[in-house]
Amino acid sequence: MTLVEVRDLVKYYAGERRWFGLGRPQAPVRAVDGVSFTIASGRTLGLVGESGSGKTTVGRTILRLQERTSGKVLFDDNDVFALDATRLRALRRRMQIVFQDPYSSLNPRMTVEDTLREPLEIHGLHGTVSALLDEVGLDAAFAKRYPHELSGGQRQRVGIARALSVEPQFVVCDEPVSALDVSVQAQVLNLLADLQAKRRLTYLFIAHDLAVVRHIADDVAVMYLGKIVERAPAAEIYAQPRHPYTRALLSAVPEPNPHATKRRILLPGDVPSPAHPPPGCPFHPRCPHPKKSERCRTEPPPLRPITPGHLAACHYAEEPM
Amino acid sequence: MTTPVLLRVRNLKTYFVTEQGKGTARAVDDVSFDLYSGETLGIVGESGCGKTVTSLSILRLVPEPPGHVLPGSLIEFEGRNLLALSAPELRAVRGNQIAMIFQEPMTSLNPVFTIGDQIAEAGIIHQHLSRGAARARAIEMLRLVGIPDPDERVDHYPHQLSGGMRQRVMIAMALVCHPKVLIADEPTTALDVTIQAQILELLDRLQHELGMAVLLITHDLGVVAGHADRVVVMYAGRIVETAPTDALFERPTHPYTEGLLAAVPRIDTPRARLHAIPGQVPAATAWPSGCRFHPRCPYAWDKCVSQEPPLLEVGDQASHTARCWLVTEPGRRVPQR
Repeated sequence: MTLVEVRDLVKYYAGERRWFGLGRPQAPVRAVDGVSFTIASGRTLGLVGESGSGKTTVGRTILRLQERTSGKVLFDDNDVFALDATRLRALRRRMQIVFQDPYSSLNPRMTVEDTLREPLEIHGLHGTVSALLDEVGLDAAFAKRYPHELSGGQRQRVGIARALSVEPQFVVCDEPVSALDVSVQAQVLNLLADLQAKRRLTYLFIAHDLAVVRHIADDVAVMYLGKIVERAPAAEIYAQPRHPYTRALLSAVPEPNPHATKRRILLPGDVPSPAHPPPGCPFHPRCPHPKKSERCRTEPPPLRPITPGHLAACHYAEEPM
Repeated sequence: MTTPVLLRVRNLKTYFVTEQGKGTARAVDDVSFDLYSGETLGIVGESGCGKTVTSLSILRLVPEPPGHVLPGSLIEFEGRNLLALSAPELRAVRGNQIAMIFQEPMTSLNPVFTIGDQIAEAGIIHQHLSRGAARARAIEMLRLVGIPDPDERVDHYPHQLSGGMRQRVMIAMALVCHPKVLIADEPTTALDVTIQAQILELLDRLQHELGMAVLLITHDLGVVAGHADRVVVMYAGRIVETAPTDALFERPTHPYTEGLLAAVPRIDTPRARLHAIPGQVPAATAWPSGCRFHPRCPYAWDKCVSQEPPLLEVGDQASHTARCWLVTEPGRRVPQR
């Protein structure tokens, strides 16, 4: 059953004005440029991309933490952008977010207990702080502590407990382990997986790290310059990536094996500015595909099925690289 | 090994007085290693293990106070103890024969000078180049690190460049004087994975072309696997294992190395629970007794709590050592929990 449906979501940020805000505006930044996907209840969609790809904007817009430019988001058949304030607040209880930076996303003046109790009181819930702490693997003694007294991993556990306090169905995990050390990252990933199984949660898991996503996601979508360039079940995308960008991303992950014999695809240049995306296929200036042609420079490739359930936005997705 | 030792670090202890004055953080606690000419030595560890303080200590960049390098520490570069040099003598080495690049290309460049000026500075100071010659050298360096249109870029300011380009500029700055040793402290951590691949490839190529030794400091075992000849693993201010890269990944011996390797999410393994190391890194003001890893170790027994092991040779290889009693009692490698 579909819990979250995103249809052609667009989010542009207005361009800056020069001359102390009096000049003509610059071109808008096309952070998210026509993104569609669905997440079935109880599943995890991994949303992968590099900085500036728009992945975080997708997560925040779905929760209506900011307004969209156009497009639709349906949560359990509710049109998120059509709700009034009261109904939106009621819906917020069912969808929550865990932020990347456990250092800046907790209020430094509130104890762990205060942070966790506030949402319980606002929504009139009967949960207890100690039960929440226990669920995320923290001792009850942590309730009296302030964020600065906690390590990064412990703070992220508090961030997860805060999101879970209102008993949501859907959680956007925005790079929840990127700021953590490897050994702690594994603890938090395992915790997220355990909580999902126990509470039947649905995740949108946003990350720049394809290896991390592999350990948590059922389906994976890869973003580049505001667009999804490939989407497939996880096993499929890792075994047989179709888009040249996905192939390059996979080949660039440093593997902890000195004898890894994979072929490295080095991409030339930098990601272009989302204010001035290249015409045609947005990836064409960096694309290493041998079949790259004039068509790539002029005609934007649609996201189309290559095999059943596996979509890619490349004119030459069927061709070997 | 017949290659000469370029940099010899012996019994390095760098301590910090904590803010409240209540204790001493023993950030680097008796660390010894050699860097041979032309090789890449990886130093791996998680936050707080002392890897960055080790690299800063080599160039005496640790702020004093609160930090201080204890007497008895030795950092020998080409036969001279860097810790005993006067300030002018040290400046002749720093940035000239030993150069360093940092993690944050955003904050380690000066925003009010052009990148050309910043690259040329070392040439003017150390090699007494004229302004014109230094500028020509800067353009040559930009070309070497793969920046397009170097003649134009030389007059750009840091904010006009992307993160990957800034890291290339940092590398160009470090290499102006053709150093014998390059210390790279997390050179790709702040970069996207496709840009990281570009920068690591560039460092490999430059090392090959210029024949320098690289001290590669990173938290990423994947980066080490692909780019280091030998590896030093640090935990809680100590070296816990050293080995040639192949041997380390084939036969990780210290339980920390073993746990760290198992905790890395792998792109080639399907969805599964990750191995996690329980607990967290202890505070540098109060390292545990005995083996500093014992509170988190699955194999620890009473000896580990009371006695700290020395670096022991693994098998008959002098090049592979581990600070673990399991080397002497391999039968105990059975998880207790």
